[in-house]
Amino acid sequence: MYKSLDPPKRRIWGRKFAAGLLISPALFWLLLFFLIPLGILLIYSFCQPDTSAPRGVSWYFTFDNYLKVLNPKWSSEPEFVDLKPIFVRSIWLAIVNTAICLIIGYPMAYYISRRSPGVKNILLILVILPFWTNFLVRTYAWIIILREGGVVNTILTGSGLIKEPLQLILTKKAVIIGLVYGYLPFMILPLYASIEKVNPSLLEVAYDLGANRFQAFLRVMLPLTVPGIVAGSILVFVPTLGAYITPDMLGGAKVMMIGNLIRGQYVTMRNWPFGSALSFILLVVVLAVLFLYSKYGIEEK
Amino acid sequence: MGEAIVRLDDVVKRFGPVVAIDHVSIEVLAGEFFSVLGPSGCGKTTLLRSIAGLEEPDSGSIYLNGRLINHTPPYQRDVNTVFQNYALFPHMNVYENIAFGLKMKGAKKSSIDEKVHNALEMVGLPGMGSRKPSQLSGGQQQRIALARALVNEPSVLLLDEPLGALDLKLRKQMQIELKSLQKRLGITFIHVTHDQEESLTMSDRIAIMCAGKIEQVGSPSEVYEEPRTEFVANFIGISNLFSGHLRSGSDSVLILTTPDGLEIKCLSDEISLPQTATVMVRPEKIRITPYEPESQALESPRTRGSEQRVQAFEKSLTSAPGDVNFFRVRIEEIVYLGTVIQFIVNINDRRLVVLEKNYDKTLEFRINQEFFISWDVSSTVILPEKGIFAKAKDV
Repeated sequence: MYKSLDPPKRRIWGRKFAAGLLISPALFWLLLFFLIPLGILLIYSFCQPDTSAPRGVSWYFTFDNYLKVLNPKWSSEPEFVDLKPIFVRSIWLAIVNTAICLIIGYPMAYYISRRSPGVKNILLILVILPFWTNFLVRTYAWIIILREGGVVNTILTGSGLIKEPLQLILTKKAVIIGLVYGYLPFMILPLYASIEKVNPSLLEVAYDLGANRFQAFLRVMLPLTVPGIVAGSILVFVPTLGAYITPDMLGGAKVMMIGNLIRGQYVTMRNWPFGSALSFILLVVVLAVLFLYSKYGIEEK
Repeated sequence: MGEAIVRLDDVVKRFGPVVAIDHVSIEVLAGEFFSVLGPSGCGKTTLLRSIAGLEEPDSGSIYLNGRLINHTPPYQRDVNTVFQNYALFPHMNVYENIAFGLKMKGAKKSSIDEKVHNALEMVGLPGMGSRKPSQLSGGQQQRIALARALVNEPSVLLLDEPLGALDLKLRKQMQIELKSLQKRLGITFIHVTHDQEESLTMSDRIAIMCAGKIEQVGSPSEVYEEPRTEFVANFIGISNLFSGHLRSGSDSVLILTTPDGLEIKCLSDEISLPQTATVMVRPEKIRITPYEPESQALESPRTRGSEQRVQAFEKSLTSAPGDVNFFRVRIEEIVYLGTVIQFIVNINDRRLVVLEKNYDKTLEFRINQEFFISWDVSSTVILPEKGIFAKAKDV
């Protein structure tokens, strides 16, 4: 009797083969469009730029591209770019954007999670509604809102609040506005999922035991929603670090971020090896953040 | 037990069109174990939450220790609650859960340590402080929830169906423990439940609630023996109800005539006659026998039944025949329950429930057999509904 409960080995192999067959398109996709390009990128990052060569690259192994990032002064190139402020600015903007998204997103997620199921669905659809339009188009809309003769300035000067139009476009402020606008849904959705799961009677228990609203939030709600906060922060921080369209269109050359720098290396400077090295460094930073998260996630369990 | 510690005065709470609490006035005395009993959705939990401060009544007043607390937030009320399904903080260990209330009050670390230690001893779980709630069984979680509330030494402890999620055996055990804990601590317990047996076991007094209204407040025996409404009669225990026209019989005996011609005798000198009324008799107050009173001598029941039993039966019949209700019935159903046997008997197409002690195993009961039932006239209870009594018998 018991023997028949154990499937024969052949059947286990059969099952594994079937499972492998089912995920093979996904694996093939990953291999072809992710791992191979990444490999090419890695190879390029160890080559020397050479504008006279066929692909702008001479196949000569070098660490120059990485050393250039670590010590920009070491660069032998005449058109020297100081990378440090760009890196600092990128990380700073990513932190600021994450913080603002968290501060705006938490109350919104909390509010949504405490509505009736019908209202909840409508509000959640509203949160993801912007995704139905192309990001580029939406960023253009922000140019129209923020530019000198734009919506904001027209209203402010028209109502007599200010005489001279404000310089909004092509500033750091504009980039932050654009980034918050673009990444807020990525914060709200995981926060919502996390807050939704918290048993509302836990807050009542806290009140009952003498905690006021603030204490109850700080000691019960906040610790229980840490997973949502971390997930949302990563979903905002990581793409912000590599943001390209928003700083390009709303910030211009003055508010350059890593994404813009990399694009410049590929398109304008035609220095593919340096662009590749920058891409890899960005990748390592992102992986480090994700590693910390996964480590934290395991501790939670 | 002294004066009222919690007093509700004409409290009303609505949720949209639903009236959860409908003009409720009750007094809970200091040191008593008070139960609010009712079916789910009757408003009993809302009542409890109003006392805890988690709901604010639309009108009426709630007093705690003589102080109006309608607008006092929950964290400033000297009451603590044991919630349904315990609601322990999952991110804190047992120690932190119990210490939460003390910390909020700004107690010193050393005094918190001592009190948490004592609270754990009190609920019989010493040394469990470092466990997480997820590592505890349902019964243990229940005890921790109790310790977390009691460690604050509230004047009133509110319990919202605290035993609902436990299995039967554990529930019985916790009922006894809760009751003895309450006696030992002398703290007033207000306990909400839908389990009538639980409330009878534990309470000093019970308030029976139905559709937002309090139907009756009284001791367990009062609400069982003398239910004031049909709802109470049916909700607590099983009852056989008869409605009909009430007129006076001989002496102080009243006779209720049902539309189908049954005549039920009952006692009352407080009632104005004639009028319509509903009367009730509990199944265990009814005796069932195969013998007709006239044929006793002929059949000599002593040789067949338990002597004691027959004597008692004879006595009840012969001493004052006018004081016994007596009917010939047909047995429809027999449920053997061990210590007792439950019968469904038919009389005029009415179905009555009879619970008879399993006093004689030689007695054979068969379905469709003709038997006789009888009960003492004093066991018939007139339900004082709709202001039936001439003298006010109200609380």
